[in-house]
Amino acid sequence: MTLNDIMFYLFAGSILTFSLLTVTSRRILRSAVYLLFVLVSTAGIYFMLNYNFLAAVQLTVYAGGIIVLIIFSILLTSHVSEKAVVAPVKQQIFSALAVAAGAVLTIMTIFKFAFTPAASPAVEANIQNVGRALVSYNRDGFALPFEVISILLLAAMVGAIVLAKKEKHLEITDNQPKNNPDNSSKS
Amino acid sequence: MIDNIPLNSFLVISTLMFFIGIYGFLIRRNLITMLMSIELILNSVNINFVVFNKFLYPNLLHGHFFSLIVIAVAASEAAVAIAIIINIYRNFKSIDVDNLDQMKF
Repeated sequence: MTLNDIMFYLFAGSILTFSLLTVTSRRILRSAVYLLFVLVSTAGIYFMLNYNFLAAVQLTVYAGGIIVLIIFSILLTSHVSEKAVVAPVKQQIFSALAVAAGAVLTIMTIFKFAFTPAASPAVEANIQNVGRALVSYNRDGFALPFEVISILLLAAMVGAIVLAKKEKHLEITDNQPKNNPDNSSKS
Repeated sequence: MIDNIPLNSFLVISTLMFFIGIYGFLIRRNLITMLMSIELILNSVNINFVVFNKFLYPNLLHGHFFSLIVIAVAASEAAVAIAIIINIYRNFKSIDVDNLDQMKF
């Protein structure tokens, strides 16, 4: 057993443990931190696969962006000591059964299917090739998806700002101006 | 680097992670934890794309870029979802899905 194997099984074990803890932990803030560990272990797997750029994006966008956003929204919407409500036990048992059946079926299918790798020379996913492919508009280029995803991201950010601010405009028109500084300091 | 680790073990990890995410989505009642379960599901799909790219089509970069785009979609989805959740919290003072039955007809 080489060091690579040990690293892989370490990452795999931490992914599985922490994703189970994410969905079962009763404290919401803790499950957000467990989700952070899952995402960091996934970035470790990407590093093992030699996809360094993707692992860096995973670390910055997921671990740096989304988790911070989730933690802020947890702090805005619930108390730190608050225990999360879960479904009744009967529903939990049935969900666990359905999920286990699905997992067993999928894993059986995976082990039955014969994957045939393509026998062409490998292209290295270093930053040069990734950058060239990202802005190239030739056959193996990704310029159009890149532009589309940037427009989607811009639209989503503008939409998020509009959604989060909308209530304030309504309150300004509806309520007395006396309440306004109170609302703006709260939000 | 990953010569002696078979493709199937990666796929098993991502499958288990996917179904753990679905389990969390089914048993949770809090909108933010449901959002976290969705992030788990998207992450497991990302692992699948990357591993298929690495093992089956090493001459292309399609899976790599698909994962990048999925990460961007996940970021925008999380931003919009959290804006909606904060809006819901302002109106109902709660983000448990059991209390959100105002749109029921």
